[in-house]
Amino acid sequence: MPESEAAIKQVFPIEAEDFASAGEVSGKIKNTLKRLGVDAALVRRAAIASYEAELNLVIHSYGGQLSFMVTPTEIRIVTKDTGPGIPDVELAMREGYSTASEKARELGFGAGMGLPNIRRCADKVEIQSKMGQGTTVQITFSIQ
Amino acid sequence: MREYYHSVTLNREKCMGCTNCIKRCPTEAIRVREGKARIIDERCIDCGECIRVCPYHAKTAVTDPLSIIDRFRYKIALPAPTLFGQFKNLTNCNKVIYALRKIGFDEVFEVARGADYATQLLKEKLKMPDTRKPLISSACPAIVRLIQVRFPNLIDHIARVESPMEIAAQLAKEEFCRNHKVPKEQVGAFFITPCAAKMTSIRNPIGNDRSHVDGAISILDLYGPLSAYMKIPDNAEQLQRASSLGLSWAITSGESQSLGIDNTLAVDGIQNVIRVLEEIENNKMSDLDFFEGLSCAGGCVGGPLTFENGYVAKNRIRLLAKKIQNAAPSKEEVEYAKEKIDWGLKKDIIEKPVLKLDEDIVAAIQKMEAMERIYSNLPGLDCGSCGSPSCRTLAEDIVRGNASELDCVFKLREKVKKLAEEMIEFSDKMPAGREGKRNNDKT
Repeated sequence: MPESEAAIKQVFPIEAEDFASAGEVSGKIKNTLKRLGVDAALVRRAAIASYEAELNLVIHSYGGQLSFMVTPTEIRIVTKDTGPGIPDVELAMREGYSTASEKARELGFGAGMGLPNIRRCADKVEIQSKMGQGTTVQITFSIQ
Repeated sequence: MREYYHSVTLNREKCMGCTNCIKRCPTEAIRVREGKARIIDERCIDCGECIRVCPYHAKTAVTDPLSIIDRFRYKIALPAPTLFGQFKNLTNCNKVIYALRKIGFDEVFEVARGADYATQLLKEKLKMPDTRKPLISSACPAIVRLIQVRFPNLIDHIARVESPMEIAAQLAKEEFCRNHKVPKEQVGAFFITPCAAKMTSIRNPIGNDRSHVDGAISILDLYGPLSAYMKIPDNAEQLQRASSLGLSWAITSGESQSLGIDNTLAVDGIQNVIRVLEEIENNKMSDLDFFEGLSCAGGCVGGPLTFENGYVAKNRIRLLAKKIQNAAPSKEEVEYAKEKIDWGLKKDIIEKPVLKLDEDIVAAIQKMEAMERIYSNLPGLDCGSCGSPSCRTLAEDIVRGNASELDCVFKLREKVKKLAEEMIEFSDKMPAGREGKRNNDKT
């Protein structure tokens, strides 16, 4: 296989409100990155970002998927969901702002740190959202 | 001091090649090959889980025999606080100290006193602004090694304070040499240990070049000799000097409580510690000031080299501690100690990334792809019959060149079934032999 094409591609389905499994996908991603020998600090950033992205789907969406790709130069995590969409992305990015349901808050979620944490950890974040349809979040890390 | 010295070892004769230890090892460091278990040196953290779970007692911890103390002219015992909880009906710690003197030691210095000093040093660390929170205790060597192997991100959270054992060894030798005017080289200090990890940390210290302890004798080995002295009447001499907080380091949360702060978490049992370390690594515990992780259930009282049931011993320690009136070391005593001994870790704690498939990420990606392909072909039962703890681990072993797919009993059965089917097909169309006849010829 040509060196430029070497890549790991994994896609994980995520169910809305599945709080029991919440965090498992990001756990698998962390494990994979450790086995690939990615630098420990980068593993940590990617693990935190993927956890928050995964939880966002569980808490806010109607379901979707998380795809995870690693090449020798880049780690990319993309979540695609069907859901209500994000009306104001800037507002959603504000620390402490949350639209989590009562049930989610009762379980300890909804601190409003999800998107801000992702932005802090990732090298690049792109969010596209359509009201009434769903949201796509692209998170990228470069590997030195 | 070999890089891969381990106290935990296998007695091959007793090993039956079952799957108990391979499934319990927290770093997947054991494989069964050719009917016998084998420990992968780089992965073993000496936690002693395999010792606990082996039904044939094939896994043991190598410790020093009592006779090792004869290598030195002057012998000091460093009893782990756990030792005091081992004896039924013991109401007075002085008896144990007196008994240690009777079996050959010239002096006894409680490691619980070392813990009293460590408490003050940790309090100082907690006050420093550049301390990474949560500060993680370095008391359990198995947990420190676990962090090196599985959680290297948390290495700079580990408290760079020497263990109570090392502090006690140095203070003991300093005190003894000062009081008796003898040279340090003639004084040997020996830890009375509840566990294998401590033995390993003497031969293979973490964060320093050499240990100040000259050997470790297991509590199991000394239980018999010491018990003989438990029946004699209480000695009037007050020998026990550690505080109740120091003694409590033997049980889970003893260390955390000795610090006198609120935001602490104490967890025992290595699988539980792993779960919490994952949370800390995911930044889910940023409010925590101090984390105490202990490999053994109940704390050091649950160590593999103890005699008494860990929970019974835990209660005994609690009751003994209630009676103790000794004060913690004063500020002057701590300052004096800091001048006289090495109380901090001088070397970096290094990462041990044994999980890595390859140094080069391109090769690692290719190996991981191969791993996923092989794994999808395996039954996914994690039965352990192949000698690897799980199907995923077998896939990894295959990719690393240490195993083959036919090690899997189920793959082997599939192959045999296929061969049998081919044989049946063959027998229907029997090829002509040298006699020239075919099977269904009537002639």
